[in-house]
Amino acid sequence: MKFFNQNKILNLSFKSQKIILIFFLLILSIGLFEALVLSPEDYLQGDAVRIMYVHVPAAWMSLGIFSFIAFLSILVFIFKNKNFILIAKSIAPSGFIFNIIALVTGSIWGKPTWGTWWAWDARITSMLILALFYLMYLMAWRIFENKNYVLKVTSLIAIFGSINVPIVKFSVDWWSTLHQPASVNLISETTIHSSMLIPLCIMTAAFVLFSLLIFLMKYNTELIKIKNKGLDRL
Amino acid sequence: MIYNFLNMDGYGLYVFSSFIFTFVSFAGLYLIIKSQLIKEQKKFKAKFGSLTSDKVLAAKSQKINKEILAAGTFSKI
Repeated sequence: MKFFNQNKILNLSFKSQKIILIFFLLILSIGLFEALVLSPEDYLQGDAVRIMYVHVPAAWMSLGIFSFIAFLSILVFIFKNKNFILIAKSIAPSGFIFNIIALVTGSIWGKPTWGTWWAWDARITSMLILALFYLMYLMAWRIFENKNYVLKVTSLIAIFGSINVPIVKFSVDWWSTLHQPASVNLISETTIHSSMLIPLCIMTAAFVLFSLLIFLMKYNTELIKIKNKGLDRL
Repeated sequence: MIYNFLNMDGYGLYVFSSFIFTFVSFAGLYLIIKSQLIKEQKKFKAKFGSLTSDKVLAAKSQKINKEILAAGTFSKI
């Protein structure tokens, strides 16, 4: 478990934060220029399609982060390594924010395209449920004082909540929904043109960097909290 | 030209409000996490400063404490 040495991670994260912030701002600037200026408008949706460049990466990130939290929570039960739970706890705030961004921008996008801000559609409802799981996960850390109890509760929330992840992903295929099916596929053919796919990938990269930055800052905070408790015991 | 860019054929309000909401959320989260980190760092430095000399030696021998104390550039981010 040398890879998870807290000293090394802390040292590396202190050094890398500034670099990540610079890279994030740089890639975000390029992404914004591509998304708002260079990319073409959609033949059907017009310029409203540009909302996709924040909505889709946010939705991907929120799903990916929750899956990662659930995976780490399973590892906690198997290996009893508390570092995994510390990583999961540190990455959760950015996942929650991405989820809220996906819901709000989706709602804004819905108005000009569907004519409504909200619909109890399978995709939107399952994303709302995901946000509730994120909220429960984050609240559990604040509510419960007992360390062992909070580890079990948060892990169970993450594992139980991960059942919702494939529902979010495949809801557009399983049910007849307002939400369009996925245009970007890893295994089957991607139906989005490269002039739109490139800005989408750049914005996704920027979102990944932001998530990494927040994770490192939060992880450092958690480590220093532990050290503060350690100093009290000296 | 600027008007056309901002208007985006009538979709400007929707497009820019989405982007603004996203980046306000980013800035909000960044500031909250940063303030939490600075608060913990200050607490750590205050606790470290209040230790007696033998306890300082014991604490300094722990490498992770050195990393926190050495990260003076962090708050400048």
